[in-house]
Amino acid sequence: MKPPPFEYYAPTTVEEAVAHLAEHGYDAKPLAGGQSLIPMMNFRLAQPAVLVDLNNIAELSFIRPGDEGGLSIGAMTRHQTVEKDALVAERAPLIDETMPQIATRQIRSRGTIGGSLAHADPSAELVSVSVVLDGKFRVVSQKGERWVPASEFFLGLFTSVLEPEELLAEISLPPLPDRSGWSLMEIARRPHDFCLIGVVALVTLDEEQNCKQARIAFLSAGDGPMQAQNAAKVLEGQPFTPEVIQEAAEVAVASDIDPSSDIHATADFRRHLANVLAQRALTQAFERAVGN
Amino acid sequence: MSDLFNLSLTVNGAAYERQVEPRLLLSDFLRQNLGLTGTHVGCEHGVCGACTILFDGEPARSCLIFAVQAHGHEVLTVEGMGTIDNLHPLQEAFWEAHGLQCGFCTPGFLTTLLPFLEENPDPSEEEIREAISGNLCRCTGYQHIVDAVKLAAEKMRT
Amino acid sequence: MTKEFIGKRIKRNEDPRLLTGQALFVDDVDIPGMLHAAFVRSDYAHAKIVSIDTSTARQMPGVVAVYTAEDMGDEWQPGPPLVSPPPTVEDVVFHSRRQAPLVKDKVRHAGETVAVVVAESRYLAEDAAEEIWVEYDPLPAVVDIEKGLEPNSPLVHDDLESNLAAHLSQEKGDYEAAKAQADVVISKKIHIDRGAAAAMENRGIVAHWDEKGQLLTIWDTTQAPIPIRNGTAARLGLSENQVRVIAPFVGGGFGPKIMMFYPEEMLIPWISMKLCRPIKWIEDRRENFYATTQERGQVHEVEMALTKDGKILGLKDDFLHDTGAFDPYGLTIPLNTQSHVMGPYEIANFSSEFKVVFTNKTIVTPVRGAGRPQGVYIIERLMDAAARELDIDPIEIRKKNLIAPDAFPYSHSIIDQAFAELILDSGDYLPTFEKAIEMIGYRQFIEQEQPRLRAEGKYVGIGITPFIETTGVGPYEGARVQIEPSGKVNLATGIGTQGQGHFTSFAQIVAEQLGVDVTDVRIITGDTAEFHWGTGTFASRGAVVAGNAVYAAASGVRKKVLKMASKVLDAPEEELEIQDGMVRVADIPRMSISLGELAAQANPLRGAVEPGTEPGLEATDYFGPQYGATAFGTHAMIIEVDPETMLVEIKRYVTAEDCGRMLNPLIVEGQVHGGVSMGIGNAYYEQLHFDENGQLLNASLADYLIPSSMEMPPRIEVGHAETKSPLSELGTKGVGEAGTIPVPACFAQALENALQDFDLEIAETPLSPNRLYELLYKKEQ
Repeated sequence: MKPPPFEYYAPTTVEEAVAHLAEHGYDAKPLAGGQSLIPMMNFRLAQPAVLVDLNNIAELSFIRPGDEGGLSIGAMTRHQTVEKDALVAERAPLIDETMPQIATRQIRSRGTIGGSLAHADPSAELVSVSVVLDGKFRVVSQKGERWVPASEFFLGLFTSVLEPEELLAEISLPPLPDRSGWSLMEIARRPHDFCLIGVVALVTLDEEQNCKQARIAFLSAGDGPMQAQNAAKVLEGQPFTPEVIQEAAEVAVASDIDPSSDIHATADFRRHLANVLAQRALTQAFERAVGN
Repeated sequence: MSDLFNLSLTVNGAAYERQVEPRLLLSDFLRQNLGLTGTHVGCEHGVCGACTILFDGEPARSCLIFAVQAHGHEVLTVEGMGTIDNLHPLQEAFWEAHGLQCGFCTPGFLTTLLPFLEENPDPSEEEIREAISGNLCRCTGYQHIVDAVKLAAEKMRT
Repeated sequence: MTKEFIGKRIKRNEDPRLLTGQALFVDDVDIPGMLHAAFVRSDYAHAKIVSIDTSTARQMPGVVAVYTAEDMGDEWQPGPPLVSPPPTVEDVVFHSRRQAPLVKDKVRHAGETVAVVVAESRYLAEDAAEEIWVEYDPLPAVVDIEKGLEPNSPLVHDDLESNLAAHLSQEKGDYEAAKAQADVVISKKIHIDRGAAAAMENRGIVAHWDEKGQLLTIWDTTQAPIPIRNGTAARLGLSENQVRVIAPFVGGGFGPKIMMFYPEEMLIPWISMKLCRPIKWIEDRRENFYATTQERGQVHEVEMALTKDGKILGLKDDFLHDTGAFDPYGLTIPLNTQSHVMGPYEIANFSSEFKVVFTNKTIVTPVRGAGRPQGVYIIERLMDAAARELDIDPIEIRKKNLIAPDAFPYSHSIIDQAFAELILDSGDYLPTFEKAIEMIGYRQFIEQEQPRLRAEGKYVGIGITPFIETTGVGPYEGARVQIEPSGKVNLATGIGTQGQGHFTSFAQIVAEQLGVDVTDVRIITGDTAEFHWGTGTFASRGAVVAGNAVYAAASGVRKKVLKMASKVLDAPEEELEIQDGMVRVADIPRMSISLGELAAQANPLRGAVEPGTEPGLEATDYFGPQYGATAFGTHAMIIEVDPETMLVEIKRYVTAEDCGRMLNPLIVEGQVHGGVSMGIGNAYYEQLHFDENGQLLNASLADYLIPSSMEMPPRIEVGHAETKSPLSELGTKGVGEAGTIPVPACFAQALENALQDFDLEIAETPLSPNRLYELLYKKEQ
């Protein structure tokens, strides 16, 4: 299990990095934390001819306040840095709660927020969380930059809108609306394994404590982060009674997700778990929203 | 064969300069190029934790870092913790509590725990179990490891 | 009186080296000029090899040699059988089929060795291995053992009429007659699937042929260095003294490291001799999943006949056993299953027939437990079913059938894995069983805690499982003990170590005999240059067989010390005592001599040595048990199940072990803890998933789920009882596998108990959340 040979570049600026990517196109792969890419290379399942190592690009590692109480995180910020950051805890409590659930400490010390998102693994926490939080991604290339909403960034299994010459540079998160509550729940065989199913929910209440808005996404429930728009519609304008929550969960399972079977869980079991977890997560999110 | 890169780094306090192929894993570099065979290789896909080292003080899988990426960085391996005649209190605690059997996974546990105990000098059993959850051990069932960490915390506090 | 060390919680001599990264493992061996090997392994489980094109690979950078079976010429031959078939049973069928170093005609499991590349580095060897093109003609694979015996099944070995590898029946009493008298007959079909040993260290070999010295040195992660030395010498036409096999520190064994000979073990030394270069091959984790042996696949059809008050009248267990593509380990596993299916219970009438089936899967040889967990699972599932059927408390029905203390030695009247009569040497089962019941607080749990928690909506359950473990089988081990002029003591024994603490427990035995400190005993294990004779570390036999050999050798040295000191000090032997490295006349401290001085005098440079005496304070001795020592224990657990998510949490875990006399309780407890963690894996986490083509679907530690610290119970409470084995001086019994054996049975029991409301019946292991969901909510499946 030794990785195949590759050409290696270690640029120190974004400008240099995108130049390498432009030059090598499909042959090149950016190397962020490497915690998903290097195992695949060790198994020789991935054999990129060129690696552009982003680890020496200081300008990609930052956490700073965004507009109107939002937050901006550089793509090469390591999970562990995000996990320990006070501004993240204050402005993005859902991200703060998510970080310790990602893999293990030895992975979080190396893994980066941008690497995880660009990898577009449907079982990755940050993928669904970024969608639910309505994040935006700054994508750069030699041609310039563009902003892509999280909900449009992920195209499918390990596939995003990133072109070979593009780099994910920054993640921007809007402030949480008032009277919002959130929840991230996962079922995994061992706590740090890829989850069998997971759900992220963010609910906002109106002044009558009814649901003003609900954003829900499922992990490991399809080819990407599975946004539960039908379930959200069931909730909107309704009180969070167990019956409404149950109906929303059932609608999500019936029409919003598309899980597949593997050795750990059948699609059928995943649907069952999605239903259970959606109800638990919506209940928790609602209870938190009441307190906020 | 691809080009060789100059690599200067500090390992266990000593400076090294070597030339490496970019694909050489840090785990192999430490073991083969520097002869520091205390870092063990158990899975090479980042699950077992046996190859954990401290990279600039943070526990990391050395099988998931290319050696060339350690250029300008500081690495600590188990060889840098203590010697047979002068064990680190954490190593002493593992000895006293029978926290190891075959000893293959042990260096990875020790390197994982070193920063953990510095950050959390009086951990609960639950926190200890979470802290070692990225290290697999097939011999001990983890119980004596948990006991060893509690003992080490005590030793390191005093 | 000499200071006592046996039975003390003594920290281990080997640990400082292991803790500082200074212990030598096979992969740490580095020899100038060393080359590295990588294998091309079969992508198919079953396929004819049409052609192999190595031409590109041979031209790749750094490549020194490439070999296929054809390149080996006349030197190609399959490995020797490891364990011979049983000679003592009537009508036994056994077809011996053994693995070859490289596949010649057709591949019989995915991951079989097809070609090997030798290059300047492992990286370059793997690059070249990718460029070897093998054309296969795929064949349908035999995966399921029941289908494998159907008449139209594809054949794993074309020269046989079927996939039947072996067939053996054993009878005791008259089961059919017992059944006719029974009030109730319980019958079940039970499926048990495969798992991996998954030691943290993968396998590895370094072979170094020294052309000038005509010596072959092999560092091997084997549990059996001496048989590897003997077999290698025979294969390569060398004298046994020309081959030195060293099993240095080995990172966990658990059984598969005593499969002999692995293809790599045959090839790497051969290549070293061909090229006159040191060769290293280190198995990677993916190879470990395909190429290192596995275990546990069986299907049982079983019946138990009982009286209405729960007394077992008879048991019938017919089963199929999956041996994988070859059967080098003979019948050890299915015989162990048969030996444990009657377990600790008195069963007068027994009938059991097993068929061993070849499949297109990785070879099966013992994994910690070695057929015993299956036997225990079968009997305990039936005990639970009987208790339910007869409405008897599951504890009471077990108590009613336990073998009585005055019945020992007790014969189960069948043959065991050593082809000898299965005799349980000693035991007193009830007190140990009751100890576990008391430790876990069974009554209180059933009567108060469980109803209270159930009322709170929690599903909690309890399991209590007694079991036996046959341990310490022959044929023999040996040891040499020698006092040095420094006063330190050397001990050499043939068995290797994989973490069991031999450097300490054996030192305790020696130290107690020779009045030195435990840390003054230097131990060499697993180096054939240091000790010529022995078999290996397996079947929980180290403390029993090697332990008693060490004891015998140390006693021999003690006798020599006393005899010589008696002369030197001019005092009768009865008045001498050995303590703190000195021999002295009791009560007269000034009349003393140090062991070191005595050792120096025993090896004089001048003068005459008396005829009939030997120089030095040294003795070599052996121990071969009459038959195995059988340990007993009981495990109990309390679990909580979330019947919505199917996640199970083990809240409490208790064991009461009787492994005879304990050498070092700290080490015993460590063995039990580790065993339990593997058992928990076997029960709910670890399963090797093969698809219908014989492809392994979870060949990584991300998908093959070894329990981490988070899946273990908060504490494993270990209680002890000591019924000394009458078969040896030390009275020891083995404990290496005890932790693992009863766990799946106990887990199933606890699960059924927790989910009484669902009328759940479990007849399979391993389980998983997904499978539990199907059992609870999809009954028709």
